[in-house]
Amino acid sequence: MALELKAITKRVGQVTHVKPTDLLLEPGHFNVLLGETGAGKTSLIKLMAGLDRAASGQILMDGQDVTTLSPQRRNISLVHQFFVNYPHMTVFDNIASPLKVAGMARSEIQGRVEAAADILQLRPMLHRRPHELSGGQQQRTALARAIAKESKAVFLDEPLANLDYKLREELRDQLPELFAGRGAVVVYATSEPEEALLLGGKTALMADGRVTQFGPTARIYRNPQNIASAQVFSNPPINLAKASVSGGMAHLGDAVSWRLEGNAAGLPDGSYDVAIRPNHVTPVQTGGATVPLVGRVLVTELSGSESSAHFQFGADTWVSLAHGVHVFRVGADHTFHMDPSKCFFFGADGKLAA
Amino acid sequence: MKTQNQKAWLFVLPVLLLVAFNAIIPIMTVVNYSVQETFGNNVFFWEGLGWFEQILRSERFHAALGRQFLFTALVLVIEVPLGIAIALAMPRSGFWVPVCLVTMALPMLIPWNVVGAMWNIFTLPDIGLLGYFLNHTLGITYDMTQNPVAAWVTIITMDVWHWTSLVVLLSYAGLVSIPDAYYQAAKIDGASNWSVFRYIQLPKMKNVLTIAILLRFMDSFNIYTEPFVLTGGGPGNSTTLLSIDLVKIALGQFDLGPAAAMSLIYFAITLLVSWLFYTLMTKDDAR
Repeated sequence: MALELKAITKRVGQVTHVKPTDLLLEPGHFNVLLGETGAGKTSLIKLMAGLDRAASGQILMDGQDVTTLSPQRRNISLVHQFFVNYPHMTVFDNIASPLKVAGMARSEIQGRVEAAADILQLRPMLHRRPHELSGGQQQRTALARAIAKESKAVFLDEPLANLDYKLREELRDQLPELFAGRGAVVVYATSEPEEALLLGGKTALMADGRVTQFGPTARIYRNPQNIASAQVFSNPPINLAKASVSGGMAHLGDAVSWRLEGNAAGLPDGSYDVAIRPNHVTPVQTGGATVPLVGRVLVTELSGSESSAHFQFGADTWVSLAHGVHVFRVGADHTFHMDPSKCFFFGADGKLAA
Repeated sequence: MKTQNQKAWLFVLPVLLLVAFNAIIPIMTVVNYSVQETFGNNVFFWEGLGWFEQILRSERFHAALGRQFLFTALVLVIEVPLGIAIALAMPRSGFWVPVCLVTMALPMLIPWNVVGAMWNIFTLPDIGLLGYFLNHTLGITYDMTQNPVAAWVTIITMDVWHWTSLVVLLSYAGLVSIPDAYYQAAKIDGASNWSVFRYIQLPKMKNVLTIAILLRFMDSFNIYTEPFVLTGGGPGNSTTLLSIDLVKIALGQFDLGPAAAMSLIYFAITLLVSWLFYTLMTKDDAR
């Protein structure tokens, strides 16, 4: 089973929600759609699920054109951010609902529902109603429905967004193994870069209604092919500045410059956009972080064991993120250090140059 | 350590006063009348529970009560499904939403006696738009001042016209609060329209429907103004509902004692049915 999108688009009135998109999604690993709210993740999922009609392009499942097929004839499942269950049915009936509609035999329904309930630890709750369950159990019921249905494609649209922190981590750890070996294409939409990294598999980065990059998650994290991809796959937001390169040296404004090394060494002279993730801009000098940057501290934040500082650097606001507790004086200048080997250079066309 | 004193009563006092003037004192006046006989001049004779016995045994009361239950039952059976159906048919978004909502709200904004007068004129056989049309254009003999069936059809139609909107608006509020995600889930399951209604829309509307039915029960069971203006209880006694009969006894015959006893029985029935209904509907405490 593979799900293939060919130049698919979606328009509502004059507004384009999904720009021409090609994707080949395969089973055996998670396919993460990563993008900010409004990037088009849900629009794309609705197209794949058949809840919306594409304006143009094709959707193929196993090579078969399903572009105009209704959702129930595509054999898919969708788990929402909200906990969507039938309020007046027990957990058992909720999990069984798609099987009943399909007219399956009672004994087979029983078996499938119980198997799914076992995987998701819902056995003791089968006779309760959704409102008697916690949020995590309600969402597990929705997941169990997807599993019992044994659909060819499962779409998870920010399924953990409404759960509290602990439940989210717990369920996120379970998710990949839940769907492992089922042969279904699993698509997982999220707005959090960390989730994409944790779930592994492949990631499609989405911005402004288009997929900016698609590939194995770790690889595209290390090699964003364009500025948009670099921006999507960074939290806090990636630091951006105009840089000029001349004679093997990079210059950020007048004050900061460094010698280009590694795969940036051969970069032709010219002006570039340089991007560096906040965790490679540190408040103190470390092994790789050798290039000093002086900036006025605007806002500081401590979260858990991480310190972040927003600072004014030239015309831009940059963020530094480091382990441990660092104390900054807000309003005062501080010398940060960045790791030049972690810089991405984007050419005038917005594509990665080095 | 807890401080123990009686200050809490002070905080309850305003509500107590309000309820006393609003409900308890008026009701106690009625209770006072219901156990005594008076011929005016502020002279009272103790009667005990005699009036209650008399009312409960009275054929006239049974007939009025029967008519009242029939009226309320017919009104509920028509208005609730009709209201739900209209709410389902209304658009959920776009230009027509406010148009529909205002159109729906209009009948409820008209004063009750005006509604009665409107329908009275509307149905007059010789000059009323509907009455003339039925009698002279379609040739159907229709005169609610002569024919009990016509009178019943008219008061039911009037109430449906006046109050279905309440059910529509409450149901609509319940419907629009259902997230799209539910409909999408049903679509993916391949559920039929009936299943969507039965397993998503109806359960999600249950709370507002309970309130709608409760309000419609109480209002229709206590209805007075509209049928009084429209038919005055006639022809004969055919549309003499409980409240109309009550006013006839109290003000027409000036039988204050029996009227007071009847008011209390009337009140008790309304209260009992409302309580039973509400308890049944909220019993399993489902959303």
